[in-house]
Amino acid sequence: MKLEVKDLTKIYHSQNGDVTAIDHVNLQVEESEFVMIVGPSGCGKTTLINMIGGLDEATSGQVILDGKEIEGPGPDRGMVFQGYSLFPWLTVLKNVEFGMKMRKVPAEERTRKAMEYIKLVGLEGFENALPKQLSGGMKQRVAIARTLANEPEMLLMDEPFGALDAQTRVVMQELLAKISRETRTTILFITHDIDEAVLLGDRIYVMSRRPGTIREVITSSLPAERNHNCFVLPQFLETKKKIMDMLWQESQDAALDR
Amino acid sequence: MKNSKIIKCQNKAAKRLRVEQSLSLCCFMLIILAWCVLTFGGMVSEIFLPSPLQVIQRLIEMHLDGSLWLSCWESTKRVMVGWIWSVVIALPCGMLMASSRKFSAFVQPIIEFARYLPVVALVPLTLLYMGIDESQKYMIIFLGTFFQLVLMVCDTASGVDKNMINAAKTLGAGKFQIYKEVIFPASLPGLMDDFRMTIGWAWTYLVVAEMVAANNGLGYMILRSQRYLATDTIFAGLIMIGLIGLVTDWIFRSLSYLVAPWQERLKGK
Ligand SMILES: Nc1ncnc2c1ncn2[C@@H]1O[C@H](COP(=O)(O)OP(=O)(O)OP(=O)(O)O)[C@@H](O)[C@H]1O
Ligand SMILES: [Mg+2]
Repeated sequence: MKLEVKDLTKIYHSQNGDVTAIDHVNLQVEESEFVMIVGPSGCGKTTLINMIGGLDEATSGQVILDGKEIEGPGPDRGMVFQGYSLFPWLTVLKNVEFGMKMRKVPAEERTRKAMEYIKLVGLEGFENALPKQLSGGMKQRVAIARTLANEPEMLLMDEPFGALDAQTRVVMQELLAKISRETRTTILFITHDIDEAVLLGDRIYVMSRRPGTIREVITSSLPAERNHNCFVLPQFLETKKKIMDMLWQESQDAALDR
Repeated sequence: MKNSKIIKCQNKAAKRLRVEQSLSLCCFMLIILAWCVLTFGGMVSEIFLPSPLQVIQRLIEMHLDGSLWLSCWESTKRVMVGWIWSVVIALPCGMLMASSRKFSAFVQPIIEFARYLPVVALVPLTLLYMGIDESQKYMIIFLGTFFQLVLMVCDTASGVDKNMINAAKTLGAGKFQIYKEVIFPASLPGLMDDFRMTIGWAWTYLVVAEMVAANNGLGYMILRSQRYLATDTIFAGLIMIGLIGLVTDWIFRSLSYLVAPWQERLKGK
């Protein structure tokens, strides 16, 4: 097992009372697995992934990576955020080299490796461009290359394609599916887009509304190669319907609570 | 086809720039015109407002006896040395404040307290502690800018996108690396603005710095002229300070484009 989250709970303390963002979340991710977490907006997805990334402290519970409890952020868990969070003063190449530079990888090697990953995400010829010269989709490619080039044990992605238009999003999803197949990197991916969850996930965790808990786990029955053709497969539609029903039920409950 | 379009765009930008520059020039012209009308028209006594000619004459005189450039140099030196000290200390201090709550809690009260103290009121103390040599003058400039600058640097550094810092953390950057590779470069454009503001203030403290025990400098020149009602010298001094300010400002503006060409700017400047 690559990653194990045990009874993770987060309570935010604010002036107008305590907010339980997530409540006793348990999940497992196997080596080389592509795991999706889907849940309604505000259910604590970002909170969860930030704690796995070590950027935020849990109120209780544990995050265990390769059998060891994590402490703080580290290069073993590469994160891709919803905002691209590139360094605007660095060129594409320097952005991708950033992590290796921090770890004091020799200049030559890091350029070579960075170029490899720039090629992988299809940005050859843009290595000397500045982020401001790129489109949203290209920026997100850089962000993915930057994280991959650091060769993390696993990838944590928080709605990385949320800001992209529908077409670009599908292109990026296919790219990520390809990367996952080729590099065998373990990926934990968060989204509120059901299509995205079903298309990419080997397994899909469905979260309840706030306070976020795991409601169900679904194992995908899609073929290994994921691309836009999957959107019309009967298995795809079946899984999608199942998740939609669950999330619909959640919103019904939410309406009743009020 | 594409090229001609680009050239057209450049022409447009150049044209707008020309219009802006001529507007700036117009403003100066208008002021000088008003000045001419007031003085040559005999509307005000020349003790209050000397004519442009008198001031120019005075400037030429001072240029010839060398006192003009000496004053400019001495004053610029004082302003620069005092201000550079304040930058050198305020920069790390402000950066540290931005990211360490403990350090911030430790120094914030004293800085908030000190920045409301009028610098003029500190002159006697600086004289007592530092005597009447140059260091006292640097000290005045330093005191006038330091406390504001620390807070400005802290503000600028705190404004750095949290996501960018988080990204650096998850890429394996250590604490010091985050300062050096993320917070500092990200705040550079903001810092240049802070520097530009404070060096302007530094000039406003010049007269205070040269109030006591100075025998040269533009501030001293102005103070002494007051005694002899030499209004033309006062104006000459003011004009020089203004011009130096203008040049400094221009240098900083260009510098901020130079050090951060990556910035996305709203206006197509
Ligand atoms: N720093 C904080 N202080 C107080 N409450 C917070 C804080 N951060 C998040 N919350 C609360 O925790 C809950 C979960 O937030 P979170 O950002 O994890 O949701 P999310 O599932 O990522 O939502 P979205 O899909 O909109 O991104 C929200 O109700 C939010 O109000
Ligand atoms: Mg979120």
